[in-house]
Amino acid sequence: MSEKLIYMDNSATSPVDQRVLDEMLPYFNQNYGNASTLYRLGVEAKKAVDKARQQVADLINADVDEITFTSGGSESDNMVIKGVALKEIQKATKDNPRNHIITSSIEHPAVLESCKFLEKFGFEVTYLPVDEDGLISLDELESSIKDSTILISIMHSNNEIGTIQPTKEIGEIARKHNIIFHSDAVQSAGKIPVDVKEQNIDVLSLSAHKINGPKGVGAIYIKKGIRFEVLIHGGGQEKGLRSGTENVAGIVGLGKAAEIAKDELEEHMKHNQEIRDKLIEKVTAEIKDSYVNGSLDKRLPNNVHFRFSGIEGESLILRLDAKGINGATGSACSTHDLKGSHVLAAIGIKPALSHGSLRLSIGPENNVEDVDYIVESLKEVVAYLRELSPLWDNKLDEYIGDQFEKEVEEEDLDRY
Amino acid sequence: MEEYSQKVKDHYTNPRNTGVIENPSGEGTVGNPVCGDIMTIYIDVDDDETLKEVRFSTFGCGAAIATSSMITEMATGMNVDEAYKITRNDVAEELDGLPPIKLHCSNLAADALQAAIEDYRQKKEKKE
Repeated sequence: MSEKLIYMDNSATSPVDQRVLDEMLPYFNQNYGNASTLYRLGVEAKKAVDKARQQVADLINADVDEITFTSGGSESDNMVIKGVALKEIQKATKDNPRNHIITSSIEHPAVLESCKFLEKFGFEVTYLPVDEDGLISLDELESSIKDSTILISIMHSNNEIGTIQPTKEIGEIARKHNIIFHSDAVQSAGKIPVDVKEQNIDVLSLSAHKINGPKGVGAIYIKKGIRFEVLIHGGGQEKGLRSGTENVAGIVGLGKAAEIAKDELEEHMKHNQEIRDKLIEKVTAEIKDSYVNGSLDKRLPNNVHFRFSGIEGESLILRLDAKGINGATGSACSTHDLKGSHVLAAIGIKPALSHGSLRLSIGPENNVEDVDYIVESLKEVVAYLRELSPLWDNKLDEYIGDQFEKEVEEEDLDRY
Repeated sequence: MEEYSQKVKDHYTNPRNTGVIENPSGEGTVGNPVCGDIMTIYIDVDDDETLKEVRFSTFGCGAAIATSSMITEMATGMNVDEAYKITRNDVAEELDGLPPIKLHCSNLAADALQAAIEDYRQKKEKKE
């Protein structure tokens, strides 16, 4: 195993910044008070939570009382989708069932699975398709709206291929029709400018551990006046929106991470984009049959998503790991259910080819000097796996996988 | 992710008997690239029905590569009829187990070897 470690899976999670950790530590065993109590320890904890609330609000240009802390992006997504559904269904009339949700086919599973869950209870969900860049069509969005539409949930940017949606325009459409607009900004907040006012966002999810903060904490922005049913009942913390003793150390960590992300946003964007563009340029020039999945211009600066014909992603990840490079793949083997990436399928990439994908997500700790090593390693690993692959003709040096593709049969489905 | 056994790691890191046999006595391909794994096993059979050489090419995950590599080691030197009896379970056991999720989907090597042996038998029948 290589001693070297180049961690380029920052969209999966990221290392906690030392400044964030330093800020958090006192809240474990010194200022450990419950933020709901009256004595000094409790008051200190409450102050720390309030400070973090301001830091998070500043990151996305919200007001401080519009921020609620949660356990992370998944909880925030669940909270708004199920919460809005439960609120609106109570207003159902004979003429208007108030039960229609519009989302996209490339959302994070926290959104998609919440929507599927609601379908079991009679809600109707429109999953908007995307084009080859991963963008929804604004016309299609608008024409999908019905009287019964209660929520539009479209992600700010995609976690796999990094496509940035036209949030401002989506928000305009939602406002015109008086529908709540939620955006999952877990991959955007702290990576690109996110401004809930400018971008017409009513509800937004974000998470700490994608921006060099701790795992297990996130936030939801809820614009003043937006109401939905509470899912976690209890002691009434977070103004009753999310009960449970505040995760003070985690919240402090999220606040500090948000502050750093805001202060260093431009610098990080420039740094990430330099590495991203150099990777794209070198890999596509030096490796035959290598492609970039998703949009080239409407893309997160820290995301690059490659596809190599004739090889499978898990074996690619394992061999890169042996060289000290950590990335992610959309291959079936990387997912819990062994199905290929729903995002790559939605942008029209055939399953046989989507298995050979590699996401590298860049963070502030990566160095542009490492690009050459990554490209050399990739060249070697891709060449080796192609030599091993029956889908690659080693004499002609080309992909021959199409002839092996079969309809997926019952028997195959049993295997998965 | 559940970790692979040391033997699985060893076999996907340094797979044995990779590559094509030109004019093999038999070859068998199983799997579907759409599902993420496909493998071909090539065999070269002696006059006394012994597997003289077994090679593979595989598109698939670590487990798919490791099971292919392992079965080529197990089968080389075996009598054809004996090798035909190698099961998916035998391969997994020889690798000190596979993560449960991989037991069914990526454990195709025994099927590929059987397909290669069937191909060999058919070719032999035609000749006789």
